[in-house]
Amino acid sequence: MIIAVLSGFFFAALLPLLGRFARKSVPLIFSFLPIALFVFFLTSLPLIKGGNTWISYHSWIPSFGIDLSFRLDGLSMLFALMITGIGALVFTYTAYYLKGHPYLDRFYGYLSMFMASMLGVVLSDNLMSMFIFWELTSISSFFLIGFNNEEASSRKSAMTALGITGFGGLVMLAGFVLIGHAADTYSITELLTRPEVLKSHSSYTWIIVLVFVGAFTKSAQFPFHFWLPAAMKAPTPVSTYLHSATMVKAGVFLLARFTPILGDTFWWNTTLITIGAFTMLYAAIHAIFRVDLKSILAYSTISALGILVFLIGIGSEKALLGAALFILAHALYKAALFLITGIIDHQTGSRDVSKLAGLRKVMMPVAVAGFIAALSSAGFPFLIGFLSKEVMYEAGLQFGEWAFLLTAILVLTKILLFVAGFWAGIKPFSGILPNEFQKVTLPSALLWVPPLLLGTLSLLFGVFPSIIEQALIQPVVSSMTGKESPIYLALWHGFNLVLLLSVITLLLGFFLYVFLKPSEKLFSKTLRFENISPENIIETIGSYFSIFAIKWTKFFQNGYLRNYVITILAFLTILTAYRLFGGVNIYIDWKQISVITPSEIIVVVLMIISIFFAILSTSRTASIVALGVVGFANCLFFLFYSAPDLAMTQFSIDTLTVLLFMLVLVKLPKNKTFSSKRIRIRDAVLSLLFGTLIAILTLEVFEEPSSSEVSKYFADNAYLLAKGRNVVNVILVDFRGFDTMVETVVLVIAAVGVFSLMKLDLNPSKKE
Amino acid sequence: MKSLIFRTASTYLLPLMLLFSIFILLRGHYLPGGGFVGGLMAAIAFLIHSFAFGLKETKEIIKINPGYLMPIGLVLAVGSGMVPLFVNDPFLTGLWFEEPFRFIGMVGSALFFDIGVYLVVIGATLTIMFSITESV
Amino acid sequence: MEILLIIIIGLLHAGGLYMLLRRSMFKMIIGLILLGNGANLLIFLMGRLVKGHPPVIEDGLKVFTEIYADPLPQALVLTAIVIGFGLQSFAIILIKRVHRVLETDDLDELNSTDEEI
Repeated sequence: MIIAVLSGFFFAALLPLLGRFARKSVPLIFSFLPIALFVFFLTSLPLIKGGNTWISYHSWIPSFGIDLSFRLDGLSMLFALMITGIGALVFTYTAYYLKGHPYLDRFYGYLSMFMASMLGVVLSDNLMSMFIFWELTSISSFFLIGFNNEEASSRKSAMTALGITGFGGLVMLAGFVLIGHAADTYSITELLTRPEVLKSHSSYTWIIVLVFVGAFTKSAQFPFHFWLPAAMKAPTPVSTYLHSATMVKAGVFLLARFTPILGDTFWWNTTLITIGAFTMLYAAIHAIFRVDLKSILAYSTISALGILVFLIGIGSEKALLGAALFILAHALYKAALFLITGIIDHQTGSRDVSKLAGLRKVMMPVAVAGFIAALSSAGFPFLIGFLSKEVMYEAGLQFGEWAFLLTAILVLTKILLFVAGFWAGIKPFSGILPNEFQKVTLPSALLWVPPLLLGTLSLLFGVFPSIIEQALIQPVVSSMTGKESPIYLALWHGFNLVLLLSVITLLLGFFLYVFLKPSEKLFSKTLRFENISPENIIETIGSYFSIFAIKWTKFFQNGYLRNYVITILAFLTILTAYRLFGGVNIYIDWKQISVITPSEIIVVVLMIISIFFAILSTSRTASIVALGVVGFANCLFFLFYSAPDLAMTQFSIDTLTVLLFMLVLVKLPKNKTFSSKRIRIRDAVLSLLFGTLIAILTLEVFEEPSSSEVSKYFADNAYLLAKGRNVVNVILVDFRGFDTMVETVVLVIAAVGVFSLMKLDLNPSKKE
Repeated sequence: MKSLIFRTASTYLLPLMLLFSIFILLRGHYLPGGGFVGGLMAAIAFLIHSFAFGLKETKEIIKINPGYLMPIGLVLAVGSGMVPLFVNDPFLTGLWFEEPFRFIGMVGSALFFDIGVYLVVIGATLTIMFSITESV
Repeated sequence: MEILLIIIIGLLHAGGLYMLLRRSMFKMIIGLILLGNGANLLIFLMGRLVKGHPPVIEDGLKVFTEIYADPLPQALVLTAIVIGFGLQSFAIILIKRVHRVLETDDLDELNSTDEEI
């Protein structure tokens, strides 16, 4: 299964090499991958029959509990089939839709990357790998939305989408980490075996809030919904694939996935029902105020996602069945509607629903597909939309004391969606063909076959629900409920309340469709509320955030090296000093201290004097000489305290450094004082504090008993193992030979650097 | 700097200091010394010579460009570390001849490693100093 | 004696930092070298002070019989000294180079000239 998931990434990686060729000669070749994957998942259907799962495990980062294990059960199968199936259609559709586009291969690269990440999300058994794939979908969708990267609005939409979904993903990661912390595992399979651990855990509320934010941002729930309409800037195949059928459902998938683990508690149900109900109604109302076909579809998609969240919120078996059916039904009809919109846009150059009409005369097959899709969306009998709607109403009616209100909202939403679906699927094709569209022609079959195929499926599943009943839907439901209960889908439930509601929906919807005409006027009325829309508020926050970031950066990253040093060291000094004041007592163990001899005192005094001289002298030569004295005094310390090797090295190096300084710097101008007195005093104070701190720290460390196991090992084995008597040298050339080798390399690099700096002629004045 | 005394002295100083640096290098395994110090001493010896006679003459004495000493030294150091690989020991394992050599003492891969370090240090130091002297 | 050394280490660090904060590149290098010296001395001190017993095994013996100075900090410091030399020489050449191209020793004047070189 890992190959199935990752193949998309390999495919995308291959495209830079092969893409040019494939783009020019056979763009259809790109469809091969999704078709193959679709067939693969279709043939795996028997594996999940009756609620079975297929798990394949691959170790990745075992120490963090992260692995690449995949879990194929009913839920992931439904999504995997949708991803690859609709993927195959979209890949094919794109071959014609973007024919001759200079970046077609790039587009396919992004698409297959997206497909692979999406498969990763739905198949991952490990929460961490699921998160990684989750963010990969956000990233690849960023590229797809901003595919027309020359348009500012495309780039802005892409940024918005990435910002919202990426933010949600990070919040979700926090939720996952909490889950891992609470349950001590990231494996979904393991979590499924003991759901009570999380539900009774003290951080349960936090977990669901964080997971909700992740799901709501991805699935465009209020108040994070606005990125989806904006994302419609993308080419139509992208809108079809990402923003109706797959990616936006990832949030729903997440909620469905966690239903058996986290669900069925008061907060879970209430939150999901409230948010879902609000979103579905809010977006449905928005949908019928739009005139752009894509906007209508975008808002009706948000509304549909709201319905799904709402159904998962209800959480009864019926509701989950309704959700499973609706996921499939919605994918089929909404993808078809998007594809049809794409065809209309491609052929007529317009998406204005108030202008489009009568197109059936010129593109009959498309009109048929649109007709079926619209009917399925509205929930007419003999279509899969009908099945899902029936179950949905039933679930709503069973919900105890709030049943009336919830069902009413559901019915209202459905009526509005009826109108939206008809506008998108039927309105452009009905009526009289206006003059401006007389010359429109039927496009290539590559464009209209996919939506027609989707329509046929809607019809097929609607008339013969038994095809999917046991093989697909039953495993889906059982993976959400965790129970194996038989389901029964039928077209005819007898005369009851549900049927009545269905009839009401259809009648009222049709009534509205006939009397409400889409127009710019209606749309402009909604603009008044823009100021208080969540989109505006979040954007304002975003812009303040970037202003703050700029100011922050300008303050700290001001380009002056010394300011960085000051900031870092002042912070360090203050922090450590604070800690030292808070209870570290300094004492000196006089027994450890060795006695002072006169010669040492002379060296110490010499050193102190020369340090001050090196700092304060105005003459360069004097500074350099003083520096030399510091070095030689250092060398004497090494000599006094049994380090002849160090003394010799220090002596030679010091000589060389002084020589070097003399050679180079005698020709430089005299020392100047650049800084003002105030700054100098400030620096002096900071430096003294820093020096004191280092001294105190040294003292502290010095008073700790030193652990010398390593030294002891070296000393004991220097002769026995390495046949040397000078332990320092043995450490350098034998025990730690590798370090020394790297050190010599560093020295060589420095020498080469010096050499090239001196030889390279950078001086612009010489060229003139 | 080109006084007669300095010149005369440095003529004798150069071979003496070079000899001393090799002595320091070889005894490094038993007494204070080693490749680093030895290399620095040799470099200082050449530098003193160059102050007395000028860069040109010193370069003639060295014959090869000191820059070449760096790769030679590195190859020697890495090579001495590679030898144990042929007898299936890890990289940089110390290998020794059974009997000590006259004047030199025990000879083993670590000694060649130290010689490599010695050459790199001479090469690097001289490259740095010479390129500066030339440019001044 | 350790106390005196600790004071010197503190002084070297303080002086090094002060010089590092100056605008003159020359002073910056002085600061760098002072800091390097201070750090070397600090590491050396961590191995404790032992007088007159270098970490060299006496002739005829195979292991140490008396106390000896800690060889590990010495090896570390030796490496640090040599690397420090490489760093210092590179820095010195760099300021010389900069001075020749831009005729200034003031770091602040380098801030705006990125494009011109």
